[in-house]
Amino acid sequence: MAEEYIKHQYEPILPQKDEWPVVKLSKTRKDFVRKVAEASKKSVLEITGNNIGLLKEELETTLYREKLRIKQNPWAVDPDDEHNFWRQVKHVLVQTSSDPHLNKSQKKKKYLEILDNITMRYAEEIASNFVHTHYKVTRRMVTFGFSRLLNAARVKGIKSIYSNQFTLQDKIQIVGETDQIRELASKGTIVMVPTHFSNLDSILIGWVISVLGLPPFIYGAGLNLFNIGIFAYFMNALGAYKVDRRKKNLLYLETLKTYSSESIQFGVHSLFFPGGTRSRSGLIEKKLKLGLLSTAVEAQRGNYQSGANGVNGKVFIVPVTINYHFVLEAPSLIQEYLSITGQERYYKERDEFSTSYKISKFLVKFFTKGSDISVSIGKAMDVMGNYVDNTGNSFDRHGRKLDTRDYFVANGKITVDTQREEEYTHHLGRRIVEEFHMNNRVFSSHLVAFTAFQLIKKENKKLDLYNLLRLPEEDIFIVYVEFKEACEMVLNKIFELETQGKLQVAPHMRQDVDEIISHGLENVGMYHAKRPLIKNNNGNIETQDLSVLYFYHNRLIGYDLEKLF
Amino acid sequence: MTLKSSSKEKSVGVLGMGSFGTAIANILAEKSKVIAFARRAEVVDEINHEHKVNGVSINPSIKGTQDPEFLCKNCDTIFIMVPSAAFQEVIRSFSPYLYPYHLVIHGTKGLCLNLPEGKTLAEVQKIKRENILTMSELILKETVAIRVGCLAGPNLARELYLGQPAATVVASKYNEVILEGQRLLRTDKFQVYGNSDIVGVELSGVLKNIIAIAAGALAGMGLGENAKGLLISRGMVELVYLGNALGGSLKSFIGLAGIGDLVTTCNSTLSRNYTVGYRLAQGEKLEEIQANMEEVAEGINTIRLMKAFVEGTGMRAPITENLYKVLFEDLKIEEALQYLMKYPFNVDVDFL
Repeated sequence: MAEEYIKHQYEPILPQKDEWPVVKLSKTRKDFVRKVAEASKKSVLEITGNNIGLLKEELETTLYREKLRIKQNPWAVDPDDEHNFWRQVKHVLVQTSSDPHLNKSQKKKKYLEILDNITMRYAEEIASNFVHTHYKVTRRMVTFGFSRLLNAARVKGIKSIYSNQFTLQDKIQIVGETDQIRELASKGTIVMVPTHFSNLDSILIGWVISVLGLPPFIYGAGLNLFNIGIFAYFMNALGAYKVDRRKKNLLYLETLKTYSSESIQFGVHSLFFPGGTRSRSGLIEKKLKLGLLSTAVEAQRGNYQSGANGVNGKVFIVPVTINYHFVLEAPSLIQEYLSITGQERYYKERDEFSTSYKISKFLVKFFTKGSDISVSIGKAMDVMGNYVDNTGNSFDRHGRKLDTRDYFVANGKITVDTQREEEYTHHLGRRIVEEFHMNNRVFSSHLVAFTAFQLIKKENKKLDLYNLLRLPEEDIFIVYVEFKEACEMVLNKIFELETQGKLQVAPHMRQDVDEIISHGLENVGMYHAKRPLIKNNNGNIETQDLSVLYFYHNRLIGYDLEKLF
Repeated sequence: MTLKSSSKEKSVGVLGMGSFGTAIANILAEKSKVIAFARRAEVVDEINHEHKVNGVSINPSIKGTQDPEFLCKNCDTIFIMVPSAAFQEVIRSFSPYLYPYHLVIHGTKGLCLNLPEGKTLAEVQKIKRENILTMSELILKETVAIRVGCLAGPNLARELYLGQPAATVVASKYNEVILEGQRLLRTDKFQVYGNSDIVGVELSGVLKNIIAIAAGALAGMGLGENAKGLLISRGMVELVYLGNALGGSLKSFIGLAGIGDLVTTCNSTLSRNYTVGYRLAQGEKLEEIQANMEEVAEGINTIRLMKAFVEGTGMRAPITENLYKVLFEDLKIEEALQYLMKYPFNVDVDFL
């Protein structure tokens, strides 16, 4: 069917790689790591209130947890000297606290040295290893590989290998404020915040960034991904820095946040998945992880402190929603979600992406089986959630121009107030969630999944969610006429919401209801062995997996559409 | 009196020179330069030339102005002390001159209805939380000021004016607003507590007005202290339930701005809300009472909104509902009381 998306060839905004902020950063990597370590040290000291007893406690806690981690949860990617390093830390710690000859300031100096060593080590570990040639190779491989796969799948026959009939942009549509993000990327620092449903997202976003002609963004990638050699190569090539979710000690978390904040201040565009992990329920993120987000606010203040004014040194937040007809991981995600919310049962994080084989299988499936993806680039905001125009100026709801700097001013001066910035981060988080809902693009598959699940729920009013999901699938069916009627009802409401600017609708939704339904049925979760929705021989609607249906249905929660039923 | 701050420092703004606004302006003037905004030219003249408001003397260093822009330019911290009925209008006239660096603290105990364009309360009947704005939410909606706080507590203007010992609560999500409020307001005779639950503190001040009307009504019927004790305690329960439903926290309701203010208001025979209740019990009609009151009794509007809210959420709030009937539906106050005495409350306190 005809989907009118504008396919664009975007010129790179910075043709010279030496102008790329990420290249500049990698050239001064050593100094930068030093700077991060210093700044982290300072903030740890601030948190412990310069109290030497508290600092000692934090050091001991860190040591204890690190030793536990090494023993209980070692990974291939962990450096070999880890054991020695922590043994040395322990040695110095014990010696210092028991040495009767040291006076207070001597002890303090020793503790500071340990702190320095640890933050330095962490900063070095986190820092990205961007190599431009690797980036080029990777980008070419991804684009080439993807479009070969795509053409092989869509155009039959042996010649299809060389066909250029379909490019990646046919498959993945980029819509929204593409020009604005390009404009702003040369004026300030972009922090892109996408929704997160699938492991595919980071590759997808990386590709989108390069198609838009933007220099590479850096982003935090789970250290577990670096366990696999080939993945580590890609990650490094894409400018990823490493986030180790096993390390939850204060020193590590501070270093990680400082790394992000300092990179933004350096002018490197960044990417956060603000939901933290993939949305297990299929719901659009409602609660965001504010840790990394706070570094954007902090960086903005830092820039103003070092004299930035007006648009110069401004941080722009760009929400991005990624819309799928299917999420490969849906069955396992929803199972995890249900077992967490349902029975409070302990679960262990499963790593579906543990082998290269699984990854390639996934990619082949993705490219050979139809189904499209749209990536909507939202309107850019400043760190306070005010919209900015293409020149980078912020405007309030009444269209009055305002200066973001004023938010950090008290009594005429820029001041540092962590409590204030915490509130600002909450505020920004709420704004991002609002934008996610407004940028969400409704697909036919979302409509059918939502409607079908709501009808089944209505039919079984007395059951709670968990009992409902336990219903035997073979007993459930929806008469097509009823289904169509309900779909029309939901669709009308969706169009109403669209005119109010509360969500967006994909072009394939502008056709006859029967066609929308059959398009939706064809696409919803089309990979799964058990399909969430199918039309049976009598023309009625059936489900093969109610939980997965629930997952896809959740995409349209948050608009009060369920009140229609 | 403490030393005046150096001349370089900016002034503190006070919007609205009603009785409470004047009392606060006086307290502020002990430590800082104060610029007071009034809408009427004669009030401004009286402040600047006679150093009086309504014939009552004020601190002579307080400057009066009618110009929002002048005030906003010269003040980083602004106290808004206008009645809720005028709040929206005043805030809109200030909005163009307010910037994100301004700290705004208000002392208005009322709610604002927030309905979709072109609808009225009479049309919709039932309302939800999103249709109600506290004054701080109204400030956030209408301006770019974000560091917003509120002032609430047992603060009878007359006693403050006489310099009798009292305390208040400054509530804000932002510590710096609380600290600034404390720095500016605290004197030997005025204690200032901080609270981060701004909505809870605002609601305490708003909802207690309902109970104040009821307290006046009991007195008007000639009932004694037993009845008042009963009312305050049941009123507290209702306040907590409504307040929770509107997003306030229990801690705030049992604090100075909640129970502290409730006890004071229910005993203050001069308060406007109390007077409304008293005269109702004397057999007067609402229109007659409103016709000869100078300033608005906030409680009346609050009862109207809360009744619609209770209906919109399916809660019960017996005191509010019965007062609504007395005020707007000609229920006799004795019947309302009788109804309340029969109402099957069987648990004393179930919110803790």
